Amino acid sequence: MWRYVTRKLLLAIPLLFCVVTLIFVLIELSPGDAADKFFSPDTPPEVRQNIVAKYHLDEPALVRYLALLRNLVAFDFGRSIGQERPVVDIVAEALPNTLLLSAVTLLVIYPTGIIVGTIQAIRQNRPVDTAASVVSLALYSMPDFWLAMLLQLLVSFYLRDFIDLPSSGIVDPVRYDFMSAPEQLVDRAKHLVLPGIAMGLASAGGTARYVRSSMLEIIRQDYVRTARAKGLRERTVIVRHALRNALLPVVTLMGLSVPYLFSGAVIVESVFAWPGMGRLIVQAIYTQDTPLVIGCFYVFTLLVVAGNLLADVAYAWIDPRISFD
Amino acid sequence: MPGLGHLLAGELLVGVGLLLLFGVWACAAVRGFPRLASIMGTHTLLSLITWVIVGFVLWRVAYRRAFPRRLSDGEIHSNRQVFYRALRAHRTGMAGLFGVGFLVLVTALTPLVAPFDPIAIDAGPRAHPPSLVWWMGTDEFGRDVFSRVLYGGRISLSIGFLAVFLAATVGTTLGAVSAFAGGLADRVIMFVTDVLLSLPRLVLLLTIVSLFRVTGTSGMFLVVAILGLTAWMGIARIVRGEVLSLKQRDFVQAARALGLSPTRILFLHLIPNAIAPVIVFCSLAIGATMLTEAALSFLGLGVPPPTSSWGVMVNDGREPLRSAPWIAGFPSLAIMLAVLSFNLLGDGLRDALDPKLRG
Repeated sequence: MWRYVTRKLLLAIPLLFCVVTLIFVLIELSPGDAADKFFSPDTPPEVRQNIVAKYHLDEPALVRYLALLRNLVAFDFGRSIGQERPVVDIVAEALPNTLLLSAVTLLVIYPTGIIVGTIQAIRQNRPVDTAASVVSLALYSMPDFWLAMLLQLLVSFYLRDFIDLPSSGIVDPVRYDFMSAPEQLVDRAKHLVLPGIAMGLASAGGTARYVRSSMLEIIRQDYVRTARAKGLRERTVIVRHALRNALLPVVTLMGLSVPYLFSGAVIVESVFAWPGMGRLIVQAIYTQDTPLVIGCFYVFTLLVVAGNLLADVAYAWIDPRISFD
Repeated sequence: MPGLGHLLAGELLVGVGLLLLFGVWACAAVRGFPRLASIMGTHTLLSLITWVIVGFVLWRVAYRRAFPRRLSDGEIHSNRQVFYRALRAHRTGMAGLFGVGFLVLVTALTPLVAPFDPIAIDAGPRAHPPSLVWWMGTDEFGRDVFSRVLYGGRISLSIGFLAVFLAATVGTTLGAVSAFAGGLADRVIMFVTDVLLSLPRLVLLLTIVSLFRVTGTSGMFLVVAILGLTAWMGIARIVRGEVLSLKQRDFVQAARALGLSPTRILFLHLIPNAIAPVIVFCSLAIGATMLTEAALSFLGLGVPPPTSSWGVMVNDGREPLRSAPWIAGFPSLAIMLAVLSFNLLGDGLRDALDPKLRG
């Protein structure tokens, strides 16, 4: 199996190479010259000289490309124009927040989706199945920013007498520093609820549909019939035998949806003012801060490649039928 | 009258759907014709032409229901007839089809249907809730939200259709060439496809928008282009799979033996047979593209002003969300219904094409 993993790792390298090439081509093709992109009008001349020297901006394209390659691989994204500090620092601050939100979202999507999908498959064509199908289809077709705004409006306005959940930010801006450690943990957890639900609910609906069709196929198989004929309890039949095999395509789905997960983070983080990479790249675009945009894009791509790799490894580990050659 | 025949015969869904379409068509006639003199222009001319064509189509459907063609028993049905029958039997798929038809119809007939000018400020009191006169209320500048939703729908739907059309063209060509040529070309194209598939789409779009800042109407073309150029990969994969399996079939060997040029074989024989799953994918892709375009416009980075698509309207309605939720609510509802229709239609098409599910 380790050969499989190493092979996948090796394939990731030309992938990153192509991404850097893509970034370079985009920068070259876009209107305006380097002067507009890498420094602002009030950058002092010494800093300008430094940047020109570092990126070899006054030299032919090949040298610039190699400089970009070297810089990106070394995680040296330059200085942010707006915030006047190295881009790496800004990204390093925002990255853990996005990872935390993504982890919570995964926890929302998959257990919910699997449970709902299984119940739908067991009670096929009964009211529960139809209702859940309608709801998940509606959630799947809803724009994600609308779901986020709706949740915000509902919880912080209409239901504010019943539920006490914060609708923006990552910690309470006023009282966090004065809270004791357990209270801080609770505060962080409360701030994770709404964004996690907003990001996860639509994908949970999609996963439920997928699990439902997968389980429906499996329940008809012979080995499930054998398990039932053996006299096992229905719950054991479903969970230990049917579900385990139905989950294999779900793991593939998990791997395929990694890019989508990070794209969804952009919208939800913007709506909920969550200080993560999604909101960072949007703000960088608003302030026309090109080094920050490129740095964010590169890190996003790295995240997606790493996520795909993890998913491949997980799939190879779970499914004993895959041959490693 | 279109739809009544179906209703009387007990086909509720088709009947209601046709009645809905007929209602829009009649509404366009009743509302539009008196105002023709004041709104004449190219848009109105196209709408009139569409109105005539749609009227004819609706009449044909009703006629065919009243006097159906007789099929003799024992007749072998072609694949296309089997497909139509399966699609018609799929209830949610037909609901999606009528939804899409309704959307396209309303979008095409907008100048005849919309009660107010969408950019007329103070067409009504500012931020007025939905009432009998202003069906979806007014926004903070006094513009009628219903008319804005109709005209915004033209932008959103056309962006969706154009982008997916572009993606389908590029994807089908690349996938078919890749499968047909094989060897190095296949590996190169598939590698490029995999690279682009592993990029997060919204982030890539944001980066491109930030680097290429375009204003005015050409901004809309940029949005269509980048939406299309980031969506062709799935189609390329599908087409490649189909063509690979079709390549071994007899009719391809026969075509080669006849001496047809490879281009001819590719475009006239292989691609038409491979296109069925592409249509399913395109239907779902139109929905996804509309959602992505709405997300871009919501962030303010999609269609540039003054053109307003549904996403731009939701962005405008974000501030007065608490006091006037209808400004952002109705465009969002419109997006949801449109995407829902396309998703249902895609599901219906997929089930109708699937050989395992046919009777």
